[in-house]
Amino acid sequence: MPPLLLGLFLTFDILTMLNQLTISELTTKLRAGEASSREATQACLDRIAAVDDKVNAFISYDGEDALAQADAADAALKEGADGASKPLLGVPIAVKDVLAVKGQPLSCGSKILGDFISPYDATVIRQLKEAGAVVFGRLNMDEFAMGSSTENSAFGVTKTPWDLDRVAGGSSGGSGAAVAADEVIATLGTDTGGSIRQPASFCGCVGIKPTYGRISRYGLVAFASSLDQIGPMTKDVRDAATLLEILCGHDKLDSTSIPEPSPSLSANLNGDIKGMRIGLPKEYFIEGLDPQVKASVEAAVKQLVELGAEIVEISLPHTDYAIATYYIVANAEASANLARFDGVRYGARVQPAHDDPNPVFNLYARTRGQGFGAEVKRRVIMGTYVLSSGYYDAYYLRAQKVRTLIRQDFLKAFEQVDAIVSPTSPVLPFKVGEKADDPLQMYLADIFTISCNLAGICGVSLPCGFSGNPKLPIGLQLLGKPLGEETILRIAHAYEQATDWRSQKPQI
Amino acid sequence: MEYESVIGLEIHVQLKTKSKMWCGCANEYGAPPNTNVCPVCMGMPGVLPVANEEAMRLTALAGYLLNCEVPKFAKFDRKNYFYPDAPKNYQITQYDKPSTRNGYVEFEFEGGLQRVGITRAHLEEDLGKNFHFDRESGVDFNRAGVPLLEIVTEPDIRNPDMAHAFLNALKDIMIYGGVSDFDMEKGMARCDVNISVRPVGQESFNARREIKNMNSFSGVRRALNYEIPEQTRRTKAGETIQQGTVRWNDDLGVTENMRSKEDAHDYRYFPEPDLMPFEPTDEWLEEVRSRVVELPLARKRRFMSDYELPEGDADVFVQNVPLGDFFEAAVEGVKNRKAVANWVINNLRAKLVEAGLEIGDCQIQPAAVAELVGLVDDKRITSKNAQEAFGIMFETGRMPAAIADEKGWKPADAGEMETFCDAAIEANPGPADDFRNGKDAALNRILGHVMKLSQGSADPGQVRALLAKKLRG
Repeated sequence: MPPLLLGLFLTFDILTMLNQLTISELTTKLRAGEASSREATQACLDRIAAVDDKVNAFISYDGEDALAQADAADAALKEGADGASKPLLGVPIAVKDVLAVKGQPLSCGSKILGDFISPYDATVIRQLKEAGAVVFGRLNMDEFAMGSSTENSAFGVTKTPWDLDRVAGGSSGGSGAAVAADEVIATLGTDTGGSIRQPASFCGCVGIKPTYGRISRYGLVAFASSLDQIGPMTKDVRDAATLLEILCGHDKLDSTSIPEPSPSLSANLNGDIKGMRIGLPKEYFIEGLDPQVKASVEAAVKQLVELGAEIVEISLPHTDYAIATYYIVANAEASANLARFDGVRYGARVQPAHDDPNPVFNLYARTRGQGFGAEVKRRVIMGTYVLSSGYYDAYYLRAQKVRTLIRQDFLKAFEQVDAIVSPTSPVLPFKVGEKADDPLQMYLADIFTISCNLAGICGVSLPCGFSGNPKLPIGLQLLGKPLGEETILRIAHAYEQATDWRSQKPQI
Repeated sequence: MEYESVIGLEIHVQLKTKSKMWCGCANEYGAPPNTNVCPVCMGMPGVLPVANEEAMRLTALAGYLLNCEVPKFAKFDRKNYFYPDAPKNYQITQYDKPSTRNGYVEFEFEGGLQRVGITRAHLEEDLGKNFHFDRESGVDFNRAGVPLLEIVTEPDIRNPDMAHAFLNALKDIMIYGGVSDFDMEKGMARCDVNISVRPVGQESFNARREIKNMNSFSGVRRALNYEIPEQTRRTKAGETIQQGTVRWNDDLGVTENMRSKEDAHDYRYFPEPDLMPFEPTDEWLEEVRSRVVELPLARKRRFMSDYELPEGDADVFVQNVPLGDFFEAAVEGVKNRKAVANWVINNLRAKLVEAGLEIGDCQIQPAAVAELVGLVDDKRITSKNAQEAFGIMFETGRMPAAIADEKGWKPADAGEMETFCDAAIEANPGPADDFRNGKDAALNRILGHVMKLSQGSADPGQVRALLAKKLRG
């Protein structure tokens, strides 16, 4: 073969692969001049065009804008922009439809925002842009992040790339599926009760919910303000660490953000977990835990022991109350957070008739009645109820007390252990429609992830195996103490490097 | 049976900050609609509030000025209700842990001192303002998110005039303390009234009605003057007053029932999760406390007792604080305090007005006024010279003794004065005779002559006495 043709072949091969790369792999290539951001971005756009009809990870994306950002990144790369100040230069990253990006649609998976375009950037978006990322695309989600399957999206369900009959999980289903299907290099999701970790588990990627207050929530459309956190969803643990380093840190626009500098994470991914104590909560190996999930997690625990960790049985005695507590606190906050969607200032409006005797009330009632989906309405009604006069003490106040007990459970456990291990989800990715008519079953599936948000601690999910027929990914959850991201990422990385799960790709 | 009224007030006062409560938008009156707005105060999806620290300081300051406790733990809550002027459809306010509570205001009323208890003064955000046009309505959100202090009084007020006097005192305190400009016409202060009547001697309260929509202090008085006889009449007639909210119609001069539906709110308060509890440190509170100024009433009483000034003078120094401060600096160590007050009020104030100057812009020093009073009292210069000296002092900032030296003003010595008097009598035989014959006014002519001879250095009083002695023995 003549050398020129050989070169073309190689180039072609590289191009088809660019969308499959991790952040660290891609940035290496970009800086070495072996690929351009335009090529990488185009590769992602091509992949989206090829598979997203089936996966439905994206609600929308602006390809031209993405390529224009990529060209700007390529120009900066040519001028020799350094990796320290722009660690994501040229890397295509897509975000969940709940994060505000100036000039882009912001719909939160709902009809009620209509054709709303965000007038401002979320803090995390500003951070990504300052780091040089090509930020594009609106990723599908359960409406206002309420759900565990993306079946509550007004824009259709997102499927796990491993089985297009099954859900990607939720609420950040689009963020998980887009990464797992190599439609983009990395994504951002949000996690209120497991909404990053559970779709990471269902899609076979890495997802971390940082400690509450670690990442600014400014520009994240609130579901439950005291529980919401933004986090990265990535192809490996190192990428999660890289993104966290960029996104963490105090933000004066978010009063709940912790006044701590961003931690140094990626430098500590050294595989050394010898002597680390990892807790196994006895309450987490429950009835209803899928046997294949159980087997995979038990194998992962063995692997951790082989890597030098010590496994300690621990107790989290208030686990049984977590789901009830969560649905009181989260829905109470949501009932107020979602009140602003009323058709008065922005978003969709359903105008009452000209001669309506009660025009203001009916503007609200019709706009919200038609704009919100069933699950959102259910939660707003529940939240309104638990805050109502005469019920506040019995529900909201009591839930806050239980929440404190749940946090104390964890803080006590962390006196003995460095991290806690569990399955991410008790079940495998389920079929579209399988649980859609049974909200309670859906709520119970969040049992392992919800306590983490109530306690305000951090948690990561990463692949730990696959089920048999059909082949579906299984997620391992590692929970860490407040500000303990470094520890759980180090354990996750050591486990990841010792196993081969991440090299397996779904066939779409 | 005699009836008395029981009145409590709720006053909303806009705080005097540069920016709004949660964002950087200007806190400014009169801008075109929806120009002082941003994603935060418009309640756009995803935004978060960040508390304006100056508003927190002004709230604590107001607490100190109202003799309140300023607790070391306060928090914000969400008050939930739908209304088009509320950008988030909840209002951030302070429910059970307000920034200040348990104080009082003292004020003068009907010749005595009155005290009205302050239940609490808490911080909340203002809302937008609805406008109604022919076929549609609009909302101006410029005011949305402006920091608002809600001051709630105890039901200590007993009549409309007392309510009026209290509001004036409160306004003075807020303006004096730099907490608020308190301009009711600009909507910077709004007042709701709770009013019930009961037989004199009854301890318990009857059901109260809340009156809204008064646009001025006199509106509050008018509304009470309508509502009190109305409630009294109905109570006497055996009717039971229903607790509720009424609206004052200033044009018709009556209160009108508001729809009961609007009254049946369940606000579903709960702690604002987007804001941390406010836990001020001792240093922070101390810094605020250092901004506490003397209140008008206290100042008036101090000027009257410490300097033995008449009420009128004290009032001037309360209304014009810089002038009063100048007086205090000048009066230091001076025995004749009233003379200092006279110079400051009659001369300095007039000169300032004439020159269009603030006291800080002019040259005259307090010590110069003190010296001037001393020169006059020691009869070193005449009051006529003193007037001239004051003009020069005001223009140049020079000291009066130096001016007197330069001008050659000196107290006429006794021998010289005798000579001048004798010469003047001799030169005015007619008036001298008239005076000897009992016509007192005739002395002025001779006095004028002496003053002329002495080139104004003689003291008119002394001269008058000397002349009288010479003419009438």
